[in-house]
Amino acid sequence: MHTLEPILAEHPFLKGLRPAQLQVLVGCASNVRLDAGQYVFREGEEANRFYILRAGRVALEVFVPGRGPVVIETVGEGDVLGWSWLFPPYQWHFDARALDLTRAIALDGDCLRRKCEEDHDLGYELLKRFAQVIMHRLQATRLQLLDVYGHAPAR
Amino acid sequence: MVPRPWRVLGRRQETRDTFTLELEPVGGGDMRFGPGQFNMLYVFGVGEVPISISGDPARPACLVHTVRAVGSVTAAVCRLRRGDVLGVRGPFGHGWPVAEAAGEDVVIVAGGIGLAPLRPALYHLLAAREKYGRVVLLYGARTPQDLLYAREIERWRGRFDLDVQVTVDAATGGWRGNVGVVTTLIPGARFDPPHAVALICGPEVMMRFTIRELQARGVGPARMFISMERNMQCALGFCGHCQFGPAFVCRDGPVFRFDRIQGMFGVREI
Amino acid sequence: MLRVSGRPRLEAVPVPRERGPDPRSDGGPIEAGVKPGYIDHRSVCMSGPSLQPGDRVAVGRDMLQRLFDALRGAGYRLVGPTFRDRAVVLEEIASAGDLPAGWGDEQDGGVYRLRQRGDGALFGGAAGPQSWKKFLHVPARRLWRARRGPSGITVEEEGGDAPRFAFIGVRACDLHAIAIQDRVFLQGTYADPAYRARREQAFLVAVNCGQAGGTCFCVSMGTGPKATSGFDLALTEIADGAHRFVVEVGTARGAEVMREVPHRPAQAEDLAEADAVVARAAGQMGRAMEASGLRDLLVTNPEHPRWEQVAARCLTCGNCTMVCPTCFCTTVEEVSDLGGESAERWQRWDSCFTMDFSYLHGGSVRASARSRYRQWMTHKLATWIDQFGTSGCVGCGRCITWCPVGIDITEEVRAIRGGAPGGAGDGEVKDDAHA
Repeated sequence: MHTLEPILAEHPFLKGLRPAQLQVLVGCASNVRLDAGQYVFREGEEANRFYILRAGRVALEVFVPGRGPVVIETVGEGDVLGWSWLFPPYQWHFDARALDLTRAIALDGDCLRRKCEEDHDLGYELLKRFAQVIMHRLQATRLQLLDVYGHAPAR
Repeated sequence: MVPRPWRVLGRRQETRDTFTLELEPVGGGDMRFGPGQFNMLYVFGVGEVPISISGDPARPACLVHTVRAVGSVTAAVCRLRRGDVLGVRGPFGHGWPVAEAAGEDVVIVAGGIGLAPLRPALYHLLAAREKYGRVVLLYGARTPQDLLYAREIERWRGRFDLDVQVTVDAATGGWRGNVGVVTTLIPGARFDPPHAVALICGPEVMMRFTIRELQARGVGPARMFISMERNMQCALGFCGHCQFGPAFVCRDGPVFRFDRIQGMFGVREI
Repeated sequence: MLRVSGRPRLEAVPVPRERGPDPRSDGGPIEAGVKPGYIDHRSVCMSGPSLQPGDRVAVGRDMLQRLFDALRGAGYRLVGPTFRDRAVVLEEIASAGDLPAGWGDEQDGGVYRLRQRGDGALFGGAAGPQSWKKFLHVPARRLWRARRGPSGITVEEEGGDAPRFAFIGVRACDLHAIAIQDRVFLQGTYADPAYRARREQAFLVAVNCGQAGGTCFCVSMGTGPKATSGFDLALTEIADGAHRFVVEVGTARGAEVMREVPHRPAQAEDLAEADAVVARAAGQMGRAMEASGLRDLLVTNPEHPRWEQVAARCLTCGNCTMVCPTCFCTTVEEVSDLGGESAERWQRWDSCFTMDFSYLHGGSVRASARSRYRQWMTHKLATWIDQFGTSGCVGCGRCITWCPVGIDITEEVRAIRGGAPGGAGDGEVKDDAHA
């Protein structure tokens, strides 16, 4: 497992964590490889991990009857995927599907939640980072809602 | 200054409401222009409208304009067919700093029809590719059907010396690309912020958020260039309509170095 | 929010809120009461040593017609102050008899009223509603004609001879306004050939003001009331006692015309009286504008609450821009015949107070009255300096007089300079949620 540490340390989401904190994460981490088209997780399933994306792209989708899967957003290298593991009821709200061959490191949610309860400094650090990711995604979503390239409404 | 007649050589539908016209001068000649400059297009009996030049600066005998039908004049331009004649005055304004950007990474961020005025810059960069560092094109549109120059983008994506990232706000059937606003492409884009020059064109809101993301990456305000849009009627700095604070967009722009207009850019209704 | 539908009537003279007496009701502006000039022209040698720019001479009141004749003889069409619609307007005049002899005016915010002066002064009023820009930067002009032919479209640029005007009675403020429009139309990246043709031919007879209007503030703008440059001839009218003019020669062209007009060297007494006339006007300024630091003040205050307050009164009618001698904005119109065979492109005065002015597909950039008033005043007093190296305001006061609600640009500047009247930030709700 020790080979994962430099990968985690280099990832934008975890950059700057103290070595001891990284060690804790390494203890909860595992390597993941997904083929194009493969589901990372599906809506309603138990959310027990999150993903540090190293390569490839993943689409967040929602299945709309009559329209099929609708892509809400895509994430890729340098991004982090999944935050439903943070809060009860620990269930995924969307489908996530690899668009390309995707490499990631999965972090076990159950494991991490326990560690964070034991070490609140680590918990605070991780929550700060997740909060930032969530804020960015929310801002981007709001911009998406603006439909800035569409026709402005007539006067 | 009166319009010169140009004849429509070719017309391609880009999207539902956007067309690209190729024009040749009636009676010969050409028009030398810099990337980012614009022309006033005159449709007989309808009126004039400012449209940026979207063709190759190395081919001055073939004038290319991509026009979106949003008003009476643009709709009339889009209705022109092969063989029709329209009037052209120009080129006007200051364009992209392609010469000054030599030796630097160049990040092009385009939103919607904002790719049209940036395409000549990209042609220029690719024609002198060895003079520049990394060249990145980040392009966002509303849906896959709203992407301009789709086939050309595919060709660009195949180049090893150009990094092309395309994203749409809303995916439609079969789209395998990115979904999300164009600003989400910036954090992961491969360029060296202190040595990068950013060329940005799109709706004002999109440019505002793009500037923030680029600033977060460490691109300084003097290294960002944006193309402004204002009402223009004369293109000579006389009619007064295009004023943006002390600037006449037609004459001092349409491309501005961001630090020079930073103070006004956030002021509403200026 | 008020919206202007359509464009203001550009050529129309704005109607003031209060009206003066009809000057024609008492027999009209005739030359009655003109005192005989005391200058004995038999003793004047018209072909004496030629005059030089800077020379000052005296002519009698009755010699003004000789000046007009000389100008006509040189091929000029005379334009000067005359009566129309109970106002003193600028139109072509046939003789000195068309000048509004004996009439002055009262001006205040939204008020213009003619009044009888009690003397025979020919230039006894302050600036009227119109300025000379209507002759140099005309309200409507054809730019080109296009014709549809078998081989496409031919476009024919509008050319033709420009009229040769002699402007009679240009005030110092308006001389500065002309100089400012020269910078706009002649000294930028492009030059406007139509403006140039009219401007280069124009012969300017200035008049130093002897009477300031209630809305005048040229002294504080450094633009008057004495004409100091930019004229061919400058008159100072001495209407007390022997009615006469001191004429200052501004150019060789002016000197040439004066060869035809009997005159004598100005004496110390003439010059002293002429100076007193101008000094009197300088002391009568109805308004003052503190101009120092104005550019920075306005450029740094786009969110001042005063803009909201002035917008509450402003009707966005555009009168201020029509009467302003420096406002230069125009729009264009396409006019085509019913057969679709020919079309014309017309340029017309426009106003930044209309919604259409800043229209981009989808809407106007300046949709609120607040932003449009701010644009006009900030441009006039601040960004104009960045663009043309000079303020766009010459202190003529027309925008105050002809504002239907009496908005006073000097008062607006004072309010912004003085901080935030009525409580800064009151009622300002900022919605800057970041999440």
